Amino acid sequence: MTAPSATLDTRQQPTRLRIAGDWTLAHYASLKRECERLRDQYGDETLADLSQLGRLDTAGASLLAELLGSERLSRCSDELPDASRALLKNVYCSVQDYCIPVKEPEQPVLLLLLARIGRAVDQLWQDTAQVLGFIGLILQTLFLRLFQPHRWRVTPVVAHLEQTGLDAAPIVALLTFLVGAVVAFLGATVLADFGATIFTVDLVAFSFLREFAVLLTAILMAGRTASAFTAQIGSMKANEEIDAIRTLGLNPIELLVVPRVLALLIALPLLTFVAMLCGMIGGAVVCALTLDISPAMFLSLLQSDIGVQHFLVGMAKAPFFAFLIAAIGCLEGFKVSGSAESVGAHTTSAVVQSIFVVIVLDAVAALFFMEMGW
Amino acid sequence: MTEAVIEARGLCNRFGSQSVHENLDLDLYRGEILAVVGGSGSGKSVLLRSIIGLRRPNEGTVKVFGQDLATLDENQRSLVERRFGVLFQKGALFSSLTVTENVALPLIEHAGLSRADAEHLAGVKLALAGLPISAADKYPASLSGGMIKRAALARALALDPDILFLDEPTAGLDPIGAAAFDQLILTLRDALGLSVFLITHDLDTLYTITDRVAVLSQKKVLVAGPLAEVEQTVDPWIHEYFHGPRGRAAEDAALRARQER
Repeated sequence: MTAPSATLDTRQQPTRLRIAGDWTLAHYASLKRECERLRDQYGDETLADLSQLGRLDTAGASLLAELLGSERLSRCSDELPDASRALLKNVYCSVQDYCIPVKEPEQPVLLLLLARIGRAVDQLWQDTAQVLGFIGLILQTLFLRLFQPHRWRVTPVVAHLEQTGLDAAPIVALLTFLVGAVVAFLGATVLADFGATIFTVDLVAFSFLREFAVLLTAILMAGRTASAFTAQIGSMKANEEIDAIRTLGLNPIELLVVPRVLALLIALPLLTFVAMLCGMIGGAVVCALTLDISPAMFLSLLQSDIGVQHFLVGMAKAPFFAFLIAAIGCLEGFKVSGSAESVGAHTTSAVVQSIFVVIVLDAVAALFFMEMGW
Repeated sequence: MTEAVIEARGLCNRFGSQSVHENLDLDLYRGEILAVVGGSGSGKSVLLRSIIGLRRPNEGTVKVFGQDLATLDENQRSLVERRFGVLFQKGALFSSLTVTENVALPLIEHAGLSRADAEHLAGVKLALAGLPISAADKYPASLSGGMIKRAALARALALDPDILFLDEPTAGLDPIGAAAFDQLILTLRDALGLSVFLITHDLDTLYTITDRVAVLSQKKVLVAGPLAEVEQTVDPWIHEYFHGPRGRAAEDAALRARQER
C-alpha cells in the first residue's frame, strides 16, 4: 500500500499533474480535498502523468475522472494497464451521465404550512368520499346477494366469526371486568362522601349498559380486527392477489369484504353483551368486597332501578360500529400499494380512523339519545 | 490456477429430513467468474446463503480468504463481510430509503464518508450500474424490476468488494439490459479484479462471460470447470441443459458474436 497523492509539477512546460499511489475508497476523503485544492491551479494545457498510479477502484476512478477530464484521460491512459484503463473509461462515462439533480429552492415556512394544511384538508375530503363510496359498494353487494341464497358464502363468514368473535371473547371479558371494577371503586370513593354508596350499583350498570361495554368492545375490535382486515387484504393487494381475483371474473368485494363485514356485524353485538355482563360482574365483585352490597342485592337493585331501554340503547350502537370498523379496515387494505411498508402504514391508519369514527359516532349518539329522552 | 478465495468443503445442508446438499465441495478462484447452474430447487440459493454466512451449514466448512466465517468473532466477521458484495434475487433494497441513500448507506457506515461525499459517490456507482439519473431520488417501490437490479448492483459495489455474489442477476431484464449487465460485470471484474460467484439460468450469460461453470445436481457439485469441459460431461441432465434447443441457440449466438468481433 502506498499513500496516494496528486501533485502539480510546474518545472516542466506544459505543467504536469503527477498521480501516484493507491486511489481507493479508504483514502477518498483526503484525496477529494487534494483534488479540490488542485482544481484552480492547472489549465487546459496541463498534462497528466499516471505512470505512478497504484491500485484503483471505482471511488478513486471517479475522483480521477473528475480531476482530469476526458481529453487528458484519453491522452495519458496508454500508460495504464488495460484493467485500470477500462475502469477509468467506464467511470468517466458514468460521471458524465451523472449530474447532481437540481434541488428545488426552499419555500417560505408559512407557504409550506398553508400548502400542507391544504393538502391535508383535501386528503380528508377525498378519504371521506372514498369511505362513503366504499360503504355504498358494500351495501349494494350485500343487498344484491341477499336475494340469492345459493351465492351466500357461509364458510368464510363462520371462519371470520371465529377469528373476530370467539378468539376475542377472553380479552374483551377480562378488560371489561377490570374496567367495571375500577368504575365501582371510583363510585364507591366519591359517593361515600355523600353516604350514597348504594348508588354505585346504578353507576356501574348505567355506564356499562349505555356506553362502556359497546365503546370498549368497539375500540378493542378496532385495534384487533380492523388492523387484521387491513393486513390480510393489504398483503393480498401487494401480492397482486386482488388483481388475480378481478381477472378471474370474481368480485373482491363479495369475496373478501362481505364475509368480513357480516362476521363483525354478528360478532360485535355478541361481544358487547359479554362486555356488559363482565363489566357488571366486575362492579358486583367490588361492591361485595368493599361496600357490603351482596350479589343478590346488586341484582335486585339492578332489576328495580335500571330500565331495559338502557340495554337497548347500548346494543343499538353495536351494529353501526361493527359496520364502520369492518368497512374502514377493508378499505385501507384495498388502498395498499405494492410494498410491505405500505401495508404497515395502512394498518396504522385503519386503527386510528376506526377508533376515531367509533368515538365520534358514540358522542353523537349520546347526544341524540339524551335529547330523545331514551 | 490462482489461489482460491472461497473453499467450501464437505458442505451438508438439510431442512428437516430433506437434504439439499451432501458433501459438497466448491472453490472460487481469485479473479474468475464462476457460474453455478442447476435445476429449480437444486439448492443454488441455499449454497449462496451458506457461503456468505446467512445460513449455518449442518456439516462442513466454508473458508473465505482462508478464514472460516463460523469461527470468527463478530468484528472480524464484519470485516470479512465488507469484502462481499451481494446482489439478492429480488434486489433487497431498503424500502424506506431512496435509491441513492441505499447505495450511500454502506459508504457512510463503513467507509466513514460525509453524507454529501457518499451520495456523490453513490451517484457515480448508480450511473456505473446503468441507472438513469432520474431514478436516483426515487424509492424502490416505484422502480421497475430491471432498475431495482441495477440499483442493487450499485449497492453491492458500494464498498468495492473483492467478491461479488450475484443471485440471478439477469432474470427479469430485457435482452438489451441483460447483455449490458453481462458486459458491465465483465468490465468490473477486469477493472477491479473481482471474483464473481454467479447463480444464473441465463444461458447467454453462461456462454458470454463465465470462466468456469459448476453444475449443482444430485445434492453436490456434479462437475466444475470451463464451459467446454462441462458441456461434454456424460450426464442426462447436463446434456439436456446444454444441448437442448435453448442451449444450442445460446451457444450459436455466442459463437457468432465472437466471430463478428
